[in-house]
Amino acid sequence: MSPAGTAERRGGAVGRLLTGERVRTLAGFAVAAVALFGVAPALLSDFRLGLLAKFCCLAMVAVGIGLAWGRGGMLTLGQGVYFGLGGYLMAMHLKLADAGPGGVPDFMLLYGDGTVPGWWEPLRSPVVTVVAIVLVPVALASALGFAVFTRRVRGAYFAILSQALAAAFAILLVGQQKVTGGTNGLNGFRSFFGYDLADPVNKEMLYLIAAGTLLAMVAIVRLLMRSRFGELLVAVRDQENRVRFLGYDPAAVKVVAYAVAAAFAGIGGALFVPIVGIISPADVGVVPSIGFLVGVAIGGRATLLGPVLGALAVSWAQTSLSEQFPSFWTYFQGALFIVVVAFLPGGLASLGGVRRRWRAGRAERDDVPDEVPARAAQAPTTPSETVTSGSTP
Amino acid sequence: MAALAVALGLTGCGGARTDAGSSGGSTSSGDAAASCVDTSGDSVKIGFLNSLSGTMAISEQTVRDALDLAAEEINADGGVLGKQLEVVGEDGASEPTVFAEKAEKLVSSDCVAAVFGGWTSSSRKAMLPVFESKDALLFYPVQYEGLEASPNIFYTGATTNQQIVPGMDYLKEQGKTKVFLVGSDYVFPRTANKIINAYAEANGIEIVGEEYAPLGHTDFSTIVNKLKASGADAVFNTLNGDSNVAFFKEYKNVGLGVDTTPVVSVSIAEEEVGGIGVENIEGQLTAWNYYQTVESPANTTFVEAFKAKYGEDRVTSDPMEAAYTSLYLWKGMVEKAESFDVAAVQDAADGVTFEAPEGTVTVNGENHHIAKTALIGKIGADGLIYTEWSSDEAIEPDPFLEGYDWAEGLS
Repeated sequence: MSPAGTAERRGGAVGRLLTGERVRTLAGFAVAAVALFGVAPALLSDFRLGLLAKFCCLAMVAVGIGLAWGRGGMLTLGQGVYFGLGGYLMAMHLKLADAGPGGVPDFMLLYGDGTVPGWWEPLRSPVVTVVAIVLVPVALASALGFAVFTRRVRGAYFAILSQALAAAFAILLVGQQKVTGGTNGLNGFRSFFGYDLADPVNKEMLYLIAAGTLLAMVAIVRLLMRSRFGELLVAVRDQENRVRFLGYDPAAVKVVAYAVAAAFAGIGGALFVPIVGIISPADVGVVPSIGFLVGVAIGGRATLLGPVLGALAVSWAQTSLSEQFPSFWTYFQGALFIVVVAFLPGGLASLGGVRRRWRAGRAERDDVPDEVPARAAQAPTTPSETVTSGSTP
Repeated sequence: MAALAVALGLTGCGGARTDAGSSGGSTSSGDAAASCVDTSGDSVKIGFLNSLSGTMAISEQTVRDALDLAAEEINADGGVLGKQLEVVGEDGASEPTVFAEKAEKLVSSDCVAAVFGGWTSSSRKAMLPVFESKDALLFYPVQYEGLEASPNIFYTGATTNQQIVPGMDYLKEQGKTKVFLVGSDYVFPRTANKIINAYAEANGIEIVGEEYAPLGHTDFSTIVNKLKASGADAVFNTLNGDSNVAFFKEYKNVGLGVDTTPVVSVSIAEEEVGGIGVENIEGQLTAWNYYQTVESPANTTFVEAFKAKYGEDRVTSDPMEAAYTSLYLWKGMVEKAESFDVAAVQDAADGVTFEAPEGTVTVNGENHHIAKTALIGKIGADGLIYTEWSSDEAIEPDPFLEGYDWAEGLS
């Protein structure tokens, strides 16, 4: 679906192409909605539906990474921070709600001094919590983005910076056991905004919320990708200096994409908490941050659906492989990653493009109309080049 | 634009439906607890959930080995209530969220009668809500920081008054007055040190330093220099894994030794001694409830059977013994209850005993921990640990330290 923007620019048969494109998009969303809201709840057991809900949360992070990394060329190795911010904010609210008005969460009685710190207090309010889940990650990402992108830090330097942030965040959480639960994290939630979390009906509600949110995010990204902003973002990824010479501010474009990715990750984290029942530093550090990227890379980072389907597929494969082969499933995961990185740098989504290129042969590659899918497939290789070369002139 | 409108419309639909569903559901009391355990055939399923990948795999694999041995022995001996045990193994992957997922899978999809496993505190905390909401059983085999008692968990490792408190009792008996605390930065060391601080204050012992290093940290020059400068006459060590190698090397480097400043460790068992290197820790102290060298007929059988199954060079340790014991205790409970039913097993649990390799252990029906004898051991030149001091009798478990005046206000 990614060539949509290219098609729009092409003039000529725009009208007809667009209608075809729109119909296909609508059909795609309809199929996804039927699958997520109708087929899955009907076919899956409570346990499997809960797993799918968890995968949806992870896929939300992937959608954001697809935008920031796939379209914007920012290798975000630290999305665990935003995932964790959203998750911890939600978890803090749930702990406070379980403790009742004026109550103290159980772990603070065990590990702390039995009082609730002042900065926890605002989260007693559900409204403040929901707003904070979106705004806190956005604020941090914007602040970091402005500081970094206006100084033209990019490529590997940005990746290392974002990863260091994830490591520091996890260490901070571990060290502040009295107010964050330390390595144990926050867990043992009983209710979600008044709904009993042990009730299967409410678990299904959480799944539907997660699936609906994921669909909405995909729709937002599609809108962004087709907009003028989306064109600019890709242009910044491929030729940042030319965009600057044309009078745009590349830093602003990148900050917006990065902040949107952070918001998605925060919301994913917030929904992850009631669904899984725990958030701990193990879910926000370097390893999970890289884990988020694996699905995106395998699915195809520059496409609309690649990151989502990749993240869902990788999570599903992890679960089912580890059930089938508890002692050596990690080898399969490693092998899949190696195969994709070595032979399909554009992810599984580029399979079609690769086949077409092979069939077309080298000589015909300059043919304009046939080249559209091939270009979509080639696009992702550009950011990885910037990553390795690193600095800007 | 149309695409967005439709997409939002669709998600809106989803939202509306969910609201309707939840308002109906939140009033019903979520009776998900209906057991699906199948006891009609001549076998019964149980679940083993340990990390077979990730950072904890090296420790948890040994626990899995001990559990496999116990299951094999029980099956060879006719099973439980005449039914053969059918083990469903899962990998916790060293991640709390995976432990929660696999625990739910074992209970809801595989319908196992009980689950055995877990190691880190975070894995237990992640699994606890699953076992409580599904009303299922978990047997947790590792010493831990106490302050917990769930009706759905049986704790077969030591709680704090069976390991940490006796460790401090021993140091006090030896006339130590200045203790330095060093630990990895996670829940167990921090909670243990909170308890040690309270103990020290009540017993005239001065805590001359309390330092934490991140898990996996290997530069201990600063901490060890602080230790040396503090004038401590003993160290209480809650460091985990690799950090111990670096700590003990640095400790030797600056000229500290067993004679002047002995170290009591609570996370170094036979398994770990080899990894740290005997030359670095020979003569140092440990606090546990079992050593491979414990002299009892049950232990001789256990060690022989373990070595026969897994190789002469393997050692047995406290968590392995506690895991092995946990399966036999569950067997005892089921046979006393004459049922695999969770409520019946819980009712029958009180007073169930087993001649474990560590000695006789008894289940406390109230807090679901077991009475254990505390053993202070000395690491020998052969890498094994030899009992130096032992509590007079099995210590009743007291996870919330309610029987200790100095611990008031801790929980």
